[in-house]
Amino acid sequence: MSTLRVQDLSLSIRAVQILENVSFEVGPGEILGIVGESGSGKSMTALSILNLLPRHSQLSGSVTLGGLELSGLSDRAMNAVRGDDIGMIFQEPMTALNPLKTIGSQVAETAWVHGHAGGREASRIAREALDRVGLEAEEFPLIRYPHELSGGQRQRVGIAMAIALRPRLLIADEPTTALDVTNQAQVLGILKRLVREDGMGLILITHDLAVIAEMADRVAVMQSGRVVESGPVREVFRQMRHPYTRKLFSTSAHVPQRTPRAFERTLLDVQRLERRYAIPKRLPWEPQRYKLALDGVSLNIAKGESVGLVGESGSGKSTLARTVLGLETAQGGAVHLEGLPIRGPHGTAFGTRRETQMVFQDPYGSFNPRHPVGRLVAEPLHLLRNGAPKGADRKALVSLALERVGLAATDADRFIHEFSGGQRQRIAIARALIVEPTLIVLDEAVSALDVSIRAQVLDLLAALSERLGVSYLFISHDLHVVRAVTDRVYVLRQGKIVESGPTAKVFTHPEHDYTRTLIAAAPRLDAALKSRFGDA
Amino acid sequence: MAVFVLKRLASLLASLLFASLAIFLVLEVLPGDPAAFMLGLNAAPDTVAALREQLGLTAPLPQRYFGWLAGMTVGDFGISYTYRVPVSDLIGARVQVSVPLAAYALTLSTLIAIPVGAIAASARNTPLDAGIMGMTQLGVALPNFWFAMLLVLVFSVGLRWFSAGGFPGWDDPFAAMRALTLPAVALALPQAAILARVMRSSLLDTLDQEYMRTARAKGLSQGQALRRHALRNALIPVLTIMGLQFSFLLAGAIIIENVFFLPGLGRLVFQAISARDLVVVRSVVMLLVFAVVTVNFLVDFTYALVDPRLRRPVS
Repeated sequence: MSTLRVQDLSLSIRAVQILENVSFEVGPGEILGIVGESGSGKSMTALSILNLLPRHSQLSGSVTLGGLELSGLSDRAMNAVRGDDIGMIFQEPMTALNPLKTIGSQVAETAWVHGHAGGREASRIAREALDRVGLEAEEFPLIRYPHELSGGQRQRVGIAMAIALRPRLLIADEPTTALDVTNQAQVLGILKRLVREDGMGLILITHDLAVIAEMADRVAVMQSGRVVESGPVREVFRQMRHPYTRKLFSTSAHVPQRTPRAFERTLLDVQRLERRYAIPKRLPWEPQRYKLALDGVSLNIAKGESVGLVGESGSGKSTLARTVLGLETAQGGAVHLEGLPIRGPHGTAFGTRRETQMVFQDPYGSFNPRHPVGRLVAEPLHLLRNGAPKGADRKALVSLALERVGLAATDADRFIHEFSGGQRQRIAIARALIVEPTLIVLDEAVSALDVSIRAQVLDLLAALSERLGVSYLFISHDLHVVRAVTDRVYVLRQGKIVESGPTAKVFTHPEHDYTRTLIAAAPRLDAALKSRFGDA
Repeated sequence: MAVFVLKRLASLLASLLFASLAIFLVLEVLPGDPAAFMLGLNAAPDTVAALREQLGLTAPLPQRYFGWLAGMTVGDFGISYTYRVPVSDLIGARVQVSVPLAAYALTLSTLIAIPVGAIAASARNTPLDAGIMGMTQLGVALPNFWFAMLLVLVFSVGLRWFSAGGFPGWDDPFAAMRALTLPAVALALPQAAILARVMRSSLLDTLDQEYMRTARAKGLSQGQALRRHALRNALIPVLTIMGLQFSFLLAGAIIIENVFFLPGLGRLVFQAISARDLVVVRSVVMLLVFAVVTVNFLVDFTYALVDPRLRRPVS
């Protein structure tokens, strides 16, 4: 008998159809992957199973867990099911834990709230759960607080909370999306082991086909609230009956068309850059200690060249980007753009700010939600000072920038919340392009995007680079993307460049152990299918 | 934690020193002779000279400043010029009214505001929420002296439950508390209205946090999640406002003390200013600074108790 059976699940919120006749089953010890793009209803499916839906939700259909019909249960009855029979792991480890409570008490709470144990027994269960996710007592006592843990460790606490009572079903909603490759590999390994040990069913929600290929037994492909195709992973991935599945495949493996070029003129030259942060002193008379975030980093980018920067979280990638742009002050070394130092006597030289633009990871967070898109995109124009176009010229420039990134000129009057994630990132690119910079720094700029949108944005970047000769510094923990769009790559580890060279060479013949570890940790669709099912 | 407390203590001492210096400079050093000021325009020069002698104004500045500081550390605030008694006696008597009154008012306002704010937040966008918010609008808008007079009219003149003013002293604690009740209510309600609004919006922010969803996914009911996870997180901004309010209640109760004829610090400083009694003024002002700084220290300390990120920062 299957652990979970979902049949004809439909959901509407304020008369908007979110899910339509979703059906699937998960058996004991089975991993069901649910894959699809944002807005396809993956997360809503998970929340519907737990009945943790927003207000004004209307749910119909049937959800049975081990024979017990969950739909129609009172909230009180569902409280008994949540956490005990069904555990859930969320995407954002940084915000999913209560910052004021110790990890021990948060894990023990699962046992306490279901009346299985209190006090010492609940602590024992918490300890056991934390041990099971690899957070050993010695380094991670129960009295640790979430802020004392890294993202990957917090995610493991989240898993410990969900599996403390050995539920029959575990739902993991993008559990590794916010983690870097090495942490992702660890967390996926833990999930796989727990499923095997406890014989629980796992629903693994992800947008990453490679993760599915590596982990799942069966897969359900979702598109706009419907399951368009489902079955054993091998079958679905091999036959790809539905056009949407085929599209997902082609876009996730997408490599933009780039004509190889020779680069001559150096645009950006970074020499022995050093950035250190003062560690807060515990006592006023203690000597000041420093954390070295960048330790003698040298790097250069030629005009029109696209350079990648990879490394784990905390390796100093973003610090490097910010320092290169003059947003942070370096303590040593030099940064030159077209032969000129980027920092003048009064902060970042005005010319630098015009020649360099940045696109951030979270497109929504980088916009003022109260300004129309036209104003947001036009914002960097003040860098042109008196040369900034006014009135109709300005409008034309905004329209052009929007059209360049595949949006309509009329979008200038709309507000940022009216756009999807991919559109927002394109608006961010339009904003960067409007002053025609020579260098754009992209800090995890496509990490939050769906595969098909990511493919579009990558194509767009490649095309803009060829047409406008703009250079990119492409920072990402996603090695495939870096491989697909860059000419050269630098590998950063603990503030030091450990390896650099032409992208193809570094990826095929990595010299440094760390590079090899990174590459091995990144899930790859073709390799996973090959190693699991033998044929490619 | 010890380091945190030590640091805050050091900054507390620094603030006190800075404040004492500022008060000293303003009252005694800036142009204008304190003795002449206290005696008024028509004082004879020899009277002024005598007062200067009496107040110790003839001594060099550093000696006067450090003498004042040293005196305060042992509770010697000087002799009041108008009352002719030690200032410490005057303050001692007034503090017995003002501090309990402020504490009483703050307790009342907290006891009202936190549940009201929490109810409004959990009933967000319902008529109940709208009703509560409307009441708090009114509470913020009403001047407290007007409200105090209304209380006197209803509960003293009309119902005769409480006396209309005066303070019987602490010999009979029950009578003393009774005398402080109407003033405390008059002070507390506007503060409670502000605090309830802060509590509501802070709790609403917290309810949207992802750890609340995590708590529900663990099997906590809405109420359990609210009590166990939301309240403490929501209290952090509320604490800030409470600290500010206590300082205000201590120093800002002048009008209410006048309405109820309470012999508190506010009235003392008001009378001392009218009588140009600079000895009392500077001591009371210093005391109020001390109270405000100490309360802020306690608030900081409570932050650290509530929030482990302050207690155990990660380097």
